[in-house]
Amino acid sequence: MSSGNLHPRDTPDPSAPPIQVVGLHKSFGDHEVLKGIDLTIERGQVVCVIGPSGSGKSTLLRSVNLLEWPTKGKVVIEGIDITDPDVNLDKIRTRIGMVFQQFNLFPHMTVLRNITISQEKVLQRSKAEAEEVARAMLERVGLSDKVDAHPSQLSGGQQQRVAIARSLAMNPDMMLFDEPTSALDPELVGEVLDVMQSLANEGMTMMVVTHEMGFAREVGTRLIFIDEGVIVEEGDPREVLSDPQHPRTQSFLSKVL
Amino acid sequence: MALVDIRPTVRRRISQTLIWIGALVVILLIALMADWENIRKQFLNVAVMKDLWPEIVLVGMRNTLIYTFISFIVGTALGTVFALMKMSKGPFSWFATAYIELFRGIPALLTIFAMTFILPIAFGVKIVGGAVGSACLGLVIVTSAYTAEIMRAGIEAVPKGQREAARSLGMSPVQTTLFIILPQGFRIVIPPMTNEFVMLLKDSSLIFIAGLTPPTKELTAFARDGLSTYGSPTPLILAAILYLIVTIPLTMLIGKLEKKLAVRK
Ligand SMILES: Nc1ncnc2c1ncn2[C@@H]1O[C@H](COP(=O)(O)OP(=O)(O)OP(=O)(O)O)[C@@H](O)[C@H]1O
Ligand SMILES: [Mg+2]
Repeated sequence: MSSGNLHPRDTPDPSAPPIQVVGLHKSFGDHEVLKGIDLTIERGQVVCVIGPSGSGKSTLLRSVNLLEWPTKGKVVIEGIDITDPDVNLDKIRTRIGMVFQQFNLFPHMTVLRNITISQEKVLQRSKAEAEEVARAMLERVGLSDKVDAHPSQLSGGQQQRVAIARSLAMNPDMMLFDEPTSALDPELVGEVLDVMQSLANEGMTMMVVTHEMGFAREVGTRLIFIDEGVIVEEGDPREVLSDPQHPRTQSFLSKVL
Repeated sequence: MALVDIRPTVRRRISQTLIWIGALVVILLIALMADWENIRKQFLNVAVMKDLWPEIVLVGMRNTLIYTFISFIVGTALGTVFALMKMSKGPFSWFATAYIELFRGIPALLTIFAMTFILPIAFGVKIVGGAVGSACLGLVIVTSAYTAEIMRAGIEAVPKGQREAARSLGMSPVQTTLFIILPQGFRIVIPPMTNEFVMLLKDSSLIFIAGLTPPTKELTAFARDGLSTYGSPTPLILAAILYLIVTIPLTMLIGKLEKKLAVRK
């Protein structure tokens, strides 16, 4: 767990694309969920992923930071093949923020501690430094007054914004979002999307699984439609949404729009 | 007879009152039939009580609490290790399963017996604390087998997303377990662990099999001595009361905790 001196293998290449997925297959038992995904996400892109339930969107997103281990294929983060078993995966994960549908805040800790613990334990920041960063991130998501609250005292929208602040505190180069607003009451969706939009405006590389077509259209730089484990169609969000080419995209969009 | 129209709430109150009256009558009848003079002399002999006091607390009760606390703390630590082993993959898991099933499957008395008499002979080992130490080791082993299962259930009750969130922040598996999973698991297991403590408190009476010297006697052994010395069951009654003073508040606490945890879900 050496944090200071990185093995050359673990050194990111700033000119390489943040996320590259090559020939990715994933099966659960006999069930093949991803059937060969190739995907490159360039710096600053906001890639939205849509598709029917069970099509493999979450599995693809979770493969990017190896919460799911591919059955076949490679995941390359900033030029490093992270499926190489010799790679320091924990180190690389600090550069990939992840936001979950169910927030997954640590319920036994205050908001502040939620945001400082991994800074201290993983990045070896001092307590004072970690708290300074945490307060700055909470201000960024508009929750400075919730420093000492416990997650159970917050609304869903507030919890999700804390979760985003927790990821940002690790200074990630990219962020993954898995349906970040799907568990929220409709009136709380906006506050979370606003935070995501400002992140996008600041140039964060983002991969977002979502059902929010408005967000995909306004904020996304690229839209990917997945069905039955393959990328069926991709392109500029406005074009795909208004003029889908593939019949499966057309039928999916006609149901959700 | 014209039945008066009685509201259900009133009817329920009447029948409840009748049940109470009936129960009271039964208790009264039993009390009248009992030979109170004899009971007082035999079971609640004041002279015997005066003689036992305060040694029954300062020696018997004290030793019971010491043996229970030590066995509980060491047994829980060991049980947590076995729980983690069982949830891992490979030979450790297999070993932990065998250990847990073995010591949950045989009577605690046999385990204590084995630690006291078989272990020293079979392996020539000497256990710190002599007979009492060996007997406590037996209690530790029994407790660890039960707490391992409690801990495993507690850890598995922590939502999967907690581990995923911690790992995606770059925490190692060990850090995730120590800082995220175990603290939450411990909260979930407080009620079953309190229950386990009550069981252990009572099981500590099995230590007698190791052969205790007067200063190391725990509450039950102390009371049995009294039984033979005075030829009166009074010491046993006194011991029972002392056990209850500890166990009843704990049992009530479990009930409260379970209600509280249920509400939070
Ligand atoms: N851990 C797992 N074990 C077995 N099967 C799984 C597992 N995770 C996902 N699956 C299966 O893989 C398929 C794709 O799941 P995935 O969660 O990626 O879909 P999704 O596109 O995100 O759907 P949704 O929109 O409902 O979230 C589903 O059929 C699911 O049942
Ligand atoms: Mg999903």
